[in-house]
Amino acid sequence: MTFEEIQQRLAAKFGERIGALAPANKDASLLVQAADILEICRFAKDDEALVFDCLMNLSTVDWPKKNQIEVVYHLWSYRRRHGFVLKVALDRAKPEIASITSVWKSADWLEREQFDLMGVQFTGHPDLRRIMLPDDWVGHPLRKDYAEQPQWHNITTTRDNSLEGYVRLDELKKKAADAAAAAAPKKEVLS
Amino acid sequence: MPKNYQQDFGSIITSKTSFIDEIINLARKSSIFYLLFGLACCGIELMQTGGPRADIDRFGSVPRATPRQSDLMIVAGTLTYKMAERCRLLYEQMAEPKYVISMGSCASCGGLFQYAYSVCKGVDKLVPVDIYVPGCPPRPEALTEGLMRVQDKIMRERWFNARQKVGQPQPSLGIDYKVTA
Repeated sequence: MTFEEIQQRLAAKFGERIGALAPANKDASLLVQAADILEICRFAKDDEALVFDCLMNLSTVDWPKKNQIEVVYHLWSYRRRHGFVLKVALDRAKPEIASITSVWKSADWLEREQFDLMGVQFTGHPDLRRIMLPDDWVGHPLRKDYAEQPQWHNITTTRDNSLEGYVRLDELKKKAADAAAAAAPKKEVLS
Repeated sequence: MPKNYQQDFGSIITSKTSFIDEIINLARKSSIFYLLFGLACCGIELMQTGGPRADIDRFGSVPRATPRQSDLMIVAGTLTYKMAERCRLLYEQMAEPKYVISMGSCASCGGLFQYAYSVCKGVDKLVPVDIYVPGCPPRPEALTEGLMRVQDKIMRERWFNARQKVGQPQPSLGIDYKVTA
């Protein structure tokens, strides 16, 4: 099935709640409401024509100017050999969305990753902890306005340049040679 | 010269050893058991170094899978903050006298991944490092050289004196190591 056919299939089931496909050069995507995501995912997996049996990827995009955090779901059907992209726009101040671990189990770690790096709260997730960073880390590194803490558990998060104060000898020599060449009187060319 | 390292120079090199010390040190340097602590691609080179071609077994150095039996910790690879806690824990479990080789750019300063959010900028922020082996990753020959420098260091030590501290003073991490069920 093509993207358009999948969108029509979803629209036939959910009606008004499914909008038009976003125009894109490569993969089109469908923006849906955050409240509907669990229902749509459940339908997309169970429907006989769609059979999205695989959640390929779950990622987020930070849009500080729009004040949004976008959650992107890449679905794939091994049975029907087609893919689809769902997007949900969340409020940047309080990004919260229902977890889809009850539909695809692979969403577990993917959602933990997005919670860790972008700070999206997935309600109903069985074990929402940080996955890359330590549990008591402050901040979400992939946000555009992220500022790293100066230290963590007495480990500083920056490192001084140990080459500061050193001079390269060949550069000194080169500088001296250049200065000597500039000071020396130019030889007149005999005509 | 960087300020941090100014007072460290010469503290070990100038120490004199007696004949008894030398005999003891000869035995110690010929049986450096190292902790298997491969964290990234440097770990592959570490295995190569223990393998038949580089074969650091000929210096009496064999891998151990537990810090309790190890004399030397070779930190091979990128150290993340999550692993940093464990690294410090393993170091504290090792029995004195203990030595640390920081293998490769990542362990020495964060290397290629220095600006990543999850990477610790050098293992010397946690534990005192004796030898830094540069490279990305270092060849087995380079790590063998590093091991030989550790042996040199051992030969210069006075057995009946406490081993002198190297590197920067180590701050406490403030971790509660107690296991909670």
